[in-house]
Amino acid sequence: MHPILGQFRRMVLYLVAWIPLAALLAFLLDTTHAIGLRESLALAFPLCFVYAFVCLSAWYPCRVTPLEHTNLSKFLVTHLSGAVVATALWILAGRLLVIELAESSSFRGLDHRYTAEIPLLVGTGILFYLLSVAFYYILLGIEASRDAEARLLQASMLAREAELRALKAQVNPHFLFNSLNSISALTGSDPSKAREMCILLGDFLRRTLGLGEKTAIPLSDELSLIHAFLAVEKIRFGARLNMVENVDPGALNMNIPPLLLQPLVENAVAHGIANLIDGGCIRLDVALRDGDLSILVENTFDPEAPLRRRNGVGLANVRQRLEARYGNRAKFGAEAAGTSFRVALEFPAEREARLP
Amino acid sequence: MSAEAARKVRAAIVDDEDLARQVLREYLTPHSDIEIVAECANGFEAVKAVAELKPDLVFLDIQMPKLDGFEVLELLDPSPAIIFVTAHDNHAIRAFEVHAVDYLLKPVGVDRFEAALARVKERLAANAANQSQPRASAAELAAAARQPAQYVDRIPVREGTSVVIIPAAKLDYVEAQDDYVALVSQGKKHLKQQTISSIEAALDPSRFLRIHRSYIVNLERVARVEPYGKDSYVAVLADRVQLPVSRAGYSRLRAFLDR
Repeated sequence: MHPILGQFRRMVLYLVAWIPLAALLAFLLDTTHAIGLRESLALAFPLCFVYAFVCLSAWYPCRVTPLEHTNLSKFLVTHLSGAVVATALWILAGRLLVIELAESSSFRGLDHRYTAEIPLLVGTGILFYLLSVAFYYILLGIEASRDAEARLLQASMLAREAELRALKAQVNPHFLFNSLNSISALTGSDPSKAREMCILLGDFLRRTLGLGEKTAIPLSDELSLIHAFLAVEKIRFGARLNMVENVDPGALNMNIPPLLLQPLVENAVAHGIANLIDGGCIRLDVALRDGDLSILVENTFDPEAPLRRRNGVGLANVRQRLEARYGNRAKFGAEAAGTSFRVALEFPAEREARLP
Repeated sequence: MSAEAARKVRAAIVDDEDLARQVLREYLTPHSDIEIVAECANGFEAVKAVAELKPDLVFLDIQMPKLDGFEVLELLDPSPAIIFVTAHDNHAIRAFEVHAVDYLLKPVGVDRFEAALARVKERLAANAANQSQPRASAAELAAAARQPAQYVDRIPVREGTSVVIIPAAKLDYVEAQDDYVALVSQGKKHLKQQTISSIEAALDPSRFLRIHRSYIVNLERVARVEPYGKDSYVAVLADRVQLPVSRAGYSRLRAFLDR
């Protein structure tokens, strides 16, 4: 969309901006002494009026040759040829104008004197055209920076939304109901175990409180959260739940988004272990390589079990959060391979807490 | 068997979590007129136990591995009285449609449990009185009580005391046989007590088509359709089996092929 063409107010402002340029041209024409002031004015203003419209077309080549992505030769060729074409049109318009004017008595002979002015006109024509080009590049730059700001805002909104959703999924009522039911059973048969489970559950819930507001937590905190969660689930599932963990000790104090891994482990239990009659194993690997964290959550699962929708939502959530926060520096993959379901994450490790 | 024992209500508990079964066990302890005859950790064990021991009452969890509570119910025929016990409250409507006696939410409270038991005793007494009246098979109801537009991608079938799960992709065709349907998959026939119309409603219509009053075919298995006699057609499957196609079935088939 042309920034000026089609919008009446802007057109008026634009044409008004050409008035000083026209005055400048008149002054220059006058100084060459080939034509008088009156003639210079009569020539300069209509010519500039026409040229104002011609220079509107400079927008299009500017748009297709953005400054960052165009090499120098293409840039020069595009704009110089544009300048040449525009100036040629301008000179032609000038000749036509001069011929018309020369018909009237006050401008007799102007068409002959016009020829002497052509070099000046060519110079100013190219100059004015290049000024328009510069002007349009400035406009494009402003637009780009506004776009970038909007995108940044959107990314942070998306991240906040995703954190909220992660937190909501966190306080998963069915997990709570099942856990409470198990505690209820233990009060009859094994009261000390019941008490232990109450404390584990409380510990887990307490850790999740307030996590949604933080932009990053150390990996060790997320792991503690996962351990608390699994401790509760272990009481429910008993021997059906097995866990293997391989964490690079150097990764422990790296900062990661909160509640990024716990939902993956929860999925692994709810959609993997819970669906297997004899249970299965969950594996968590965290490695630190070249400044990137490489995380794998793998679990055994039943490939024939009907896919339940919640699994997809949790994974999409994690992918979205990684994208919003790390852009294309993050990698995410989820795939089923035989009886294993694997979720692999890779994203830059951060030592300092990120500024919000 | 003494007269007293004959009056005992026989109950089975089905839940994949041992602790959940324990709660129910504990609550049943003071009830000397109820005897726990089986505890099952999954749907397969449940089908077997119900077929062999014929309990009057089953406490049935819904979220279980491999076979969920409703799929188990589809395979219980004749079906005992059912009390669903689950952490999820969104299955209550479906539980109502399959005429379950009650629906208990975890964590299970003793008062609610007692109320459910009272209803069971009422229901069992009423059933004993109305023995002559044919009841809609709970299996039929379970199979029919499905959320709209949720098609099955597998069909559980009971054979004696074991369960076979037929994935929809491997189902070749369905043939109606009085009160039963024969589900033909990989050359084998499996009988299920369900009407062909209710199976039709459960199968994805973009993959399965009712070509005849007594036949539903998996469209991927159809090799070609040939005219047969003056006015009818026959569908020939990849394995040379021929199924009759009625006129209505043929127009449906054409409509599908033309798309």
